[in-house]
Amino acid sequence: MKLSSNFFEIFAIPVAWQVEHRHLDSRYRSLQQEFHPDRYASKGDVDKRLAMQTASLINQAYETLQSPLKRAQYLLELQQIDASQESHITSDGAFLMQQIELREQLSEVRDNADPFAALESLRTGVASSYREQQSQFQAQYQSQAYDDAFNTVAKMQFSAKLLDEIEQLEADLEDQ
Amino acid sequence: MALLQISEPGQSPQPHQRKHTVGIDLGTTNSLVATVRSGMAEVLADEQGRELLPSVAHYTSEGVSCVGYEAAEHNISDPLNTLASVKRLMGRGLADVKAFGDQLPYEFAADDGGMPKIKTVAGLVSPIQVSAEILRKLAGRAEIAFDSMLDGAVITVPAYFDDAQRQATKDAATLAGIKVLRLLNEPTAAAIAYGLDQDEDQERTIAIYDLGGGTFDISILRLSKGVFEVLATGGDSALGGDDFDHAIADWLRQQIGMDGDLSPIQQRILLEAAKSAKEELTESEQVELQIHDWQGTITRPLMHDLIDGLIDKTLRACKRSLRDAGLTSDSIDNVILVGGSTRTPRVGAKVAELFGREPLCNLNPDQVVAMGAALQAEVLVGNKSGDDMLLLDVIPLSLGVETMGGLIEKIIHRNTTIPVAKAQEFTTFKDGQTAMAIHILQGERELATDCRSLARFELRGIPPMVAGGAKIRVAYQVDADGLLSVSARELTSNVESRIEVKPSYGLGEEEITNMLQASFSHARDDMQARALREQQVEADRMIEDLLAAIYKDGDALLDKEERRCLKVAIEELREVRESTTEHRPLARQIESVAKASEEFAARRMDASIKSALAGQTLDEIEKG
Repeated sequence: MKLSSNFFEIFAIPVAWQVEHRHLDSRYRSLQQEFHPDRYASKGDVDKRLAMQTASLINQAYETLQSPLKRAQYLLELQQIDASQESHITSDGAFLMQQIELREQLSEVRDNADPFAALESLRTGVASSYREQQSQFQAQYQSQAYDDAFNTVAKMQFSAKLLDEIEQLEADLEDQ
Repeated sequence: MALLQISEPGQSPQPHQRKHTVGIDLGTTNSLVATVRSGMAEVLADEQGRELLPSVAHYTSEGVSCVGYEAAEHNISDPLNTLASVKRLMGRGLADVKAFGDQLPYEFAADDGGMPKIKTVAGLVSPIQVSAEILRKLAGRAEIAFDSMLDGAVITVPAYFDDAQRQATKDAATLAGIKVLRLLNEPTAAAIAYGLDQDEDQERTIAIYDLGGGTFDISILRLSKGVFEVLATGGDSALGGDDFDHAIADWLRQQIGMDGDLSPIQQRILLEAAKSAKEELTESEQVELQIHDWQGTITRPLMHDLIDGLIDKTLRACKRSLRDAGLTSDSIDNVILVGGSTRTPRVGAKVAELFGREPLCNLNPDQVVAMGAALQAEVLVGNKSGDDMLLLDVIPLSLGVETMGGLIEKIIHRNTTIPVAKAQEFTTFKDGQTAMAIHILQGERELATDCRSLARFELRGIPPMVAGGAKIRVAYQVDADGLLSVSARELTSNVESRIEVKPSYGLGEEEITNMLQASFSHARDDMQARALREQQVEADRMIEDLLAAIYKDGDALLDKEERRCLKVAIEELREVRESTTEHRPLARQIESVAKASEEFAARRMDASIKSALAGQTLDEIEKG
């Protein structure tokens, strides 16, 4: 796809941390109304393939802008900073210790008398620090402190991953 | 050179001519075909007025003898050659089929592709061939109704079908000579059938619970201003009402005291008895049964004990999908029941209990999927105006690659909206390494052995470099049908690596071609003529589209030389179109014009996105 616009331009919004989700949703629908491959079903193969690529790009842009973590990574990517690698780890020792503790708590949830309550309290805690990290990122990004922002993204990765695992464990517990 | 230009119905290149389309519900037990007349979807019946077509084909030593009701009559007398429920085998491997145990009475032989074939008196038969027979029968029904060839069909698949199962369905359509406009997920089709005549302004969240003969699907959709957005989908492609029958049949077998291996005929008798008991119990509190010299009673509570475990399995899938959608059961505005197996009252009651509301079932649950597919087919060929509905569907199962230690790295997560493209970078781990194997799987589990193997790719032609020097970018594209394609490129040298695809379960392209030729061998000329007509239509449309595009955008987007080249290419195509009586040269010419116009098409798409952007920005300014 040779489309030169970045994801923010595709959604007609300024390049910034804050996004308005209602705007994203409605813009997304109107873009797909125009470019979805179904709109090209009776066209030739070239047009069909292009529509598929364009719609894929719109989907990717939507997914990126909706997710706090992906949006943060993308904002840094626009500054030529690759923050998408899972291997980049924060050097904040206290934070890492805290992560190890949280993981231990997660692994002990199954043995808890009320695993759902334990999981919920764990989730509340992680979600709250995830929100804090997001505000930190916003401040650092706005003041162009990209090195700090880069480190915050590493922390956001931990939180997002932990929240996923909490979800997964809850699903497993409910299935039993 | 033809003296007269004869335009056949349905083949005319004129853009304003109405096209003949259908929606086909290719079901495990029954199939249907529907079309849209005067804006309303209706199911097409056969000469006897029957709407359902049992998904059964009967084989004799001559080949297929009959399809549908007639074939089903051979169920008990000739079970090994009466092929039913093959949808359960589509895109599956021999191991999966063995796991069905004695549920299917057939003898299987593995083929090279890993998909089992069924041993019949007519030789080995692939499930894809059986499905093609069913599709051909339904397409024939429609062509009689239209008195014309079919322009295209939307074929439905369970939302939970994986890539191999979808591909197998598409291959069956190719084999039947049907142009597939789209593979559509069954629950989404049902939502269309229900959703279009509803209040458009209000945003609503809908759960579609679809329990067919052999498959279960749950989908959560958001409907807003004509856009159907699938938020999450889940289910089990090997769980359906047939399993209720098997559970009851197992109980009967224990009661009767039948030990050891059952003959295929005994199995059929038990299953038929179980099925009729299940159906009678939708009305009565209990039913008396007699099988040979055994007599007994099945009550409703007893049947509930036998099937509740199966229903609970579907409810767990519902909860999982709600969670995936980020919703709770009380945020669902409508629950729709689809599939013949939802006629079992216990199913409706348990679904109502889960969602805390009575499900909608005012449309016939057998027909609603085919009707929705017919409506979508109309939109896709452009018989309906542009401002109507759009479907945004998701991939039902995560796609990943096998990594060191037999683990899976997910590339595209389940419930990601399609079409979707993702890329991944690999490097070589040995000096001078020129090839690399990639194993693609689909599923949610962590170990490769627990997921479904889709394909193994071998990248060849990587330029020899030191270990870690080559950077190979592998791009995965999932199209709107949910089908995957893969390409790879070495980045440092920009060499396109050749990919060899070996589908784990399915037919290679060559095998399909052979089957196509075999099935048409008695009517080879027919096939030639049909192929030629198809290419001619394609050529006409291409010429017309390109000329229109050049007229509209040529000045802005093409320089003089580019424009001249395109015109020459179009002229050459026109000449071949008029002179050739064979489809292959024409197909080659079409391909070469497509290549020549690719860049122009890309520029036009880019320009139209830019103008969409500009339009939006203006709106924003006006609003602000």
